[in-house]
Amino acid sequence: MTLQAITANRLTDGQVVYLRQDDRWSERIRDAIVADSDDLAKTLLELAKRAVAQRLIVDPYLFAVSVEDSQIIPLGRREQIRAAGPSVRTDLGYQAAAE
Amino acid sequence: MYRYDEFDQTLVDERVAQFRDQVQRRLAGDLTEEQFRPLRLMNGLYLQLHAYMLRVAVPYGVLSSRQMRKLAHIARRYDKGYGHFTTRQNIQYNWPKLNEVPDLLAELAEVEMHAIQTSGNCIRNVTADQFAGVAGDEIEDPRIWAEVIRQWSTLHPEFSFLPRKFKIAVTGAPHDRAAIKTHDIGIAIVRDAAGEVGFEIFVGGGQGRTPVVAKCIRGFLPKRHLLSYLEAILRVYNQLGQRNNIYKARIKILVNQVGIEPFREMVEEEWQHIKDSTLDLPAEEVERIEAYFAPPAYEDLDDGDPEFAAKRRTDRTFDRWLRTSLHAHKAPGYAIVTISLKPEGGIPGDASAEQMEAVADLADRYSFGELRVTHEQNLVLADVRQRDLYALWQALQAHGLATPNVGLLSDIIACPGLDYCNLANARSIPIAQQISTRFADLDRLHDIGRITLNISGCINACGHHHVGNIGILGVDKKGTEFYQVTLGGSADENTSIGDIVGPAFDEHRVVDAVETIVNTYLEIRKNGEDFITTYRRVGLAPFKETLYATH
Amino acid sequence: MPLIKDGKIVQDPWTEAAAGGPLPEVDALLVPYEVWKEERETLMKRNGRLGVQLAADQPPQLIAGDLDRLDLVALEFPTFRDGRAYSYARLLRERYGYKKELRAVGNVLRDQFLFMHRCGIDAYAVADEKAASDWTRALKEISVVYQPATDRRRPIPALRHRPPAGRNRPPASASDDIVSSWAY
Repeated sequence: MTLQAITANRLTDGQVVYLRQDDRWSERIRDAIVADSDDLAKTLLELAKRAVAQRLIVDPYLFAVSVEDSQIIPLGRREQIRAAGPSVRTDLGYQAAAE
Repeated sequence: MYRYDEFDQTLVDERVAQFRDQVQRRLAGDLTEEQFRPLRLMNGLYLQLHAYMLRVAVPYGVLSSRQMRKLAHIARRYDKGYGHFTTRQNIQYNWPKLNEVPDLLAELAEVEMHAIQTSGNCIRNVTADQFAGVAGDEIEDPRIWAEVIRQWSTLHPEFSFLPRKFKIAVTGAPHDRAAIKTHDIGIAIVRDAAGEVGFEIFVGGGQGRTPVVAKCIRGFLPKRHLLSYLEAILRVYNQLGQRNNIYKARIKILVNQVGIEPFREMVEEEWQHIKDSTLDLPAEEVERIEAYFAPPAYEDLDDGDPEFAAKRRTDRTFDRWLRTSLHAHKAPGYAIVTISLKPEGGIPGDASAEQMEAVADLADRYSFGELRVTHEQNLVLADVRQRDLYALWQALQAHGLATPNVGLLSDIIACPGLDYCNLANARSIPIAQQISTRFADLDRLHDIGRITLNISGCINACGHHHVGNIGILGVDKKGTEFYQVTLGGSADENTSIGDIVGPAFDEHRVVDAVETIVNTYLEIRKNGEDFITTYRRVGLAPFKETLYATH
Repeated sequence: MPLIKDGKIVQDPWTEAAAGGPLPEVDALLVPYEVWKEERETLMKRNGRLGVQLAADQPPQLIAGDLDRLDLVALEFPTFRDGRAYSYARLLRERYGYKKELRAVGNVLRDQFLFMHRCGIDAYAVADEKAASDWTRALKEISVVYQPATDRRRPIPALRHRPPAGRNRPPASASDDIVSSWAY
């Protein structure tokens, strides 16, 4: 079964965020809670919908990840770029902050 | 250029206040995202891969230096120090914050700018020829009519919830630099047999999933009927365009489905009821707008400034830049300069705040304080004295804005693609960068000659790949980015849709593929034919062969 | 549903008849177009007021010949995105000369009021009563308009060149006459 995490954009500033274990949202993918079952994935989506209603975030969705050396790695190219920043501006986004 | 009067200013100011209130209601929970989304889209605010994205309108591509400085300031204050000029002559910012956008829009309103209707299912920015007012082949300045249409279409109560987006372009010259036949409505300024100036109206062009060349709906429309005729077209489309399938909702689908003849009949029937009505602008209003586009105070100069000619002979680098960046101006002693925003290996169409300020200063110094944005993602200084060209060029060089590749292979048109856009399937910018680097050699570039290369990161075709001489479409094949190549597209008055060459290439091989295509062309071309001429003579077969022969 | 007319919440005297059911015996009866089509003869013989509701894919031509018999036409806006009824409203008013109540039903949000009003709609079935004060505010949010529409508010080009008699300059806005700008 694919591992999944939840991402969304913060309502006020559009910042990409990830759902954490404690039902809060982090800008770092490494803080994301990973669902290893369909049930958990569904639960996380429900929590995300609540966060939408609370006006914290918009457009939450599940995306596939793998976990390697306790690093959470998106499987899709789109979410990889979303997590790191534009591949053509490595001075922007988290890829820059990481350096 | 057009300047706001109190009415224009009142409208944008009130619009800012209205949006500020809508943002507040959204943040307070009085509006859900479903309710808010169409409202923010009608103010050009998207939610994208990394953040919100704001598309600011640059009406028919014209900017004053003051406005360009404000765009630089916006990039610094509200964004990350840069902006992206688009294939519809607008500018996009990739990192605005929702709660700051009302202030951002208020600052834009201070310089007569806005983001109204740059997204949403409404009439979008009306685009025009970037050489408007200065090209020798021009019949009449298209910006006059682009401004007339801009006003009529702004907050139009009947057409703000169309089946889909609606794009209009105007050309003032027989040589179409505005790609009108790829638009929902394309307008060409023409003369009838008696020499009267009017419009040839095209309808149902578009790219995206189903590229279509627009068809002529009316061969000659007298000027005074423009708005009533457009209203008739829009009213038919608003009622009959598909509402339950966004992929079939553009007017091109409707025109294809019913046929151009029946469509024309419906439009003409509607038009009979509304022509010669209050829609027609009073003559004084047309004259008032025309006056804003009167030529600037040109000096009385001779053509062929001797100093300029001498510099051209002695400085080969300068001469090479002129070959691509210079176009003939209708006033003697003047020149049209295109500034390439496609530096070698760079991001097509991006400009830093510093570069924006630099070109604003150069516009003040050398071009009556005005700039244009082209749909090929470059900038234009339209009124430069020939004697100033050398100094201008040196100044541009200092800011990385003097790449001598306008109209050549590395003058690539590319959408932001998967690096920025939620809709994309593949990245487009890195491909553009790699091609640009592969073809960096200027002698080779100039030998290849005039050619257009367009890259889109998805089927929505914002990079206009269908009408590139070489078109590249990014696709997703099982999670990997692949690139499908088309050949033979063209965006001018001989608009054509490119032909797919064959199976897609991965991101490494697509650059090789472009090189193979170029080499094939160089082998086959006759008598200095440019690429598109060769292609139209020989067709797809020779290229298919060299590209796929070994497989 | 609360009904807004002239900026106020008013009592709605109309009763909606569902398709397929018996026609209620009421003075003011609103029927969907399908029912009108089926029962037109019967309905025309009734005493009392008649109204027809058009769905988003039912253009006003369908009832154009019967408008003199109708006291209410209701136009559906099924979603925010479906803008067909703006054209229907304008056609009813400007083409077919309909002068009675023209009501927006369905997805009727405050941010559409100004557009709806300009297209000739004069009644709004809204989700809650707060919308009434919203309505008046919404109509004043943009005080100048570029294009003529049903409401006959003077568009900017007209204001620029033909100021009202007795003034030297065009007025700064035409918002004063919003509600009464057209008399239907």
